Amino acid sequence: MKVTRRLFGGTALAAMMLTGGMAHAQDPVRIALVVKALGIGFFEAAAKGAEEAAAELGNVEIIYTGPTDTTAEGQIEVINSLIAQQVDAIAVSANDTDALVPALKKAMDRGITVVSWDSGVAPEGRQLHLNPSSNPLIGNMIIKLAADHLPDGGQVAVLSASATATNQNTWIAEMEKVMGDYPGIEVVATVYGDDLADKSYREANGLMQSYPDLDAIIAPTSVGIVAAAKAVEDAGKVGEVNVTGLGLPSEMAGAIESGASKSFAIWNPIDLGYSAAYLAYELATGDATAEPGAEIPMGRMGNLTLDDNNEGAMADPFVYDSSNIDEFKSIF
Amino acid sequence: MTDVARHIPDRLDSPAARLLKSWEVLLLAVAVAIFIANSLASPYFLNAWNLSDATFNFTEKAMIAFAMALLIISGEIDLSVASIIALASTAMGAAAQFDVGVVTLVLIGIGTGLICGAFNGVLVTGMGLPSIVVTIGTMSLFRGISYIVLGDQVYKGYPSAFAYFGQGYVWWVISFEFVLFAALAVIFGILLHKTNFGRAVYAIGNNPTGALFSGIRVRRVKFILFLLTGLMSGIAAICLTSRLGSTRPSIAFGWELEVVTMVVLGGVSILGGSGSIPGVVIAAFVMGLVTFGLGLLNVPGIVMSIFIGLLLIAVIALPRLWQMWRFW
Repeated sequence: MKVTRRLFGGTALAAMMLTGGMAHAQDPVRIALVVKALGIGFFEAAAKGAEEAAAELGNVEIIYTGPTDTTAEGQIEVINSLIAQQVDAIAVSANDTDALVPALKKAMDRGITVVSWDSGVAPEGRQLHLNPSSNPLIGNMIIKLAADHLPDGGQVAVLSASATATNQNTWIAEMEKVMGDYPGIEVVATVYGDDLADKSYREANGLMQSYPDLDAIIAPTSVGIVAAAKAVEDAGKVGEVNVTGLGLPSEMAGAIESGASKSFAIWNPIDLGYSAAYLAYELATGDATAEPGAEIPMGRMGNLTLDDNNEGAMADPFVYDSSNIDEFKSIF
Repeated sequence: MTDVARHIPDRLDSPAARLLKSWEVLLLAVAVAIFIANSLASPYFLNAWNLSDATFNFTEKAMIAFAMALLIISGEIDLSVASIIALASTAMGAAAQFDVGVVTLVLIGIGTGLICGAFNGVLVTGMGLPSIVVTIGTMSLFRGISYIVLGDQVYKGYPSAFAYFGQGYVWWVISFEFVLFAALAVIFGILLHKTNFGRAVYAIGNNPTGALFSGIRVRRVKFILFLLTGLMSGIAAICLTSRLGSTRPSIAFGWELEVVTMVVLGGVSILGGSGSIPGVVIAAFVMGLVTFGLGLLNVPGIVMSIFIGLLLIAVIALPRLWQMWRFW
């Protein structure tokens, strides 16, 4: 269905271009949202967000496009055709940090604004990069999720991926930095499930046996959080042990429903697409310049502050709970 | 094919009439139709720079398709071409880390291609194994080596002069890749259509045993064809690596099928024995124009593959239908 709609969308667009040649005074700002591959729920949601930004800004046309499979070569073909159409801006979630650089440089040479979001492009191939969140924000969020449901304090344990996983170790270190903000919360153990469902399940069980008073398990990994929730359900400890951390709504819907997890977090693709389109618009219209230290507005998401690499973090990870899980579980 | 009613005409068509009914002319008509449709559908199509950009969609694949056409005409196939690109690109990337010159990089790319082609050739002609099985195996093998070497890493830092092969322009909008594509088209056209070697390729494809008894060194010719396919994959690897400016093991993933599609669309019989280089050249343009034209309309890639698939079936089925209708 989606495919037919797009196809007709394409023809309609062509027809519009043929007939509407005289409408130059009101040329819309055309922003291309280039994703890793079409047909992925996460990116469809991002496109929805971009459309929302377009409606808010007015006179903006969003071109949602991408290759069939997640290859750099496919994205380059798409970028070439966007350069040919002289779009005003390209906002890309890259399949390859480096391989897209020559094509995107060419786009910038021809006056097209280029930003990357979600999955970044090397600095020489884009004007700015939008990270969904930042390590400090994630570190703070995972402990906050646990603490919010423990007003009188309590014991929490961390179920991580592997002991050498860079992402998880950074987030846990950031979490430890802000522990002072959450008095009464004690991290009793950190265990490693190696991002394997069965090992994570066993480790979660081990935690519940070693610490009978455990109040929460924080799993900053999408594999670990699902396994821990299952372990809590199977041990009959729903309501006693709250599982939280970073997870995917589609995989966590069951745990939210059973109550094993009261809430968890991950980036919101709608906000991400919204912000990417907003930033692209600000740069393309010349209202903002991408330079270290710049603060660029992105509508309802506030401002993006750029660091020395022209990168910025959008926001706290988005919290999912029983109030919004049904909306998002079909998206990603 | 065993035609039930084999038709023996009283006299042959005149050369002009034969040309009109040929595959190449049919394809050319399709190409022109697509060109016109594209110009009407998008205001951005008829623009020298845009058309020049569009050629990059097919030049690298077409270079391999020329060699692949000869190989398929001879009754063999090589499905490892995209993996040869990956391995050649990885070898060049590894060498680039030691600050070697552009000439060395090019030699390494070509050399890797030749070694891979020779490996396929030895397995097929030396040991008598079926090429489709051998090259499905080496498809995993060659790319597998790239994955072992690189994992999730990337090779970059190619010398800046190396960028010329994939990003340079010879004159105005005429890219180096396009010139190379055109030159190779002429070379392969002469090789297939004007030399004894070319006649031998057709003879082998039509009847390998007959060719052998006619004094053609069948295995040697086939070995050379595998070598040529490897060489062209190496050259394509140089162009693609230069265009991307970096190497990951997933480079050129899935290209083998696009190359074979191009060859078959160009009128080369997948069973061997017939086909022409001009056909493959036009097919390259057809595929490039279709993908670029649909891209300009922002038609999603999924729909694009449907178009290419339908085009392939239509172009192949139409002459057969026409034949059935005429002789039935």
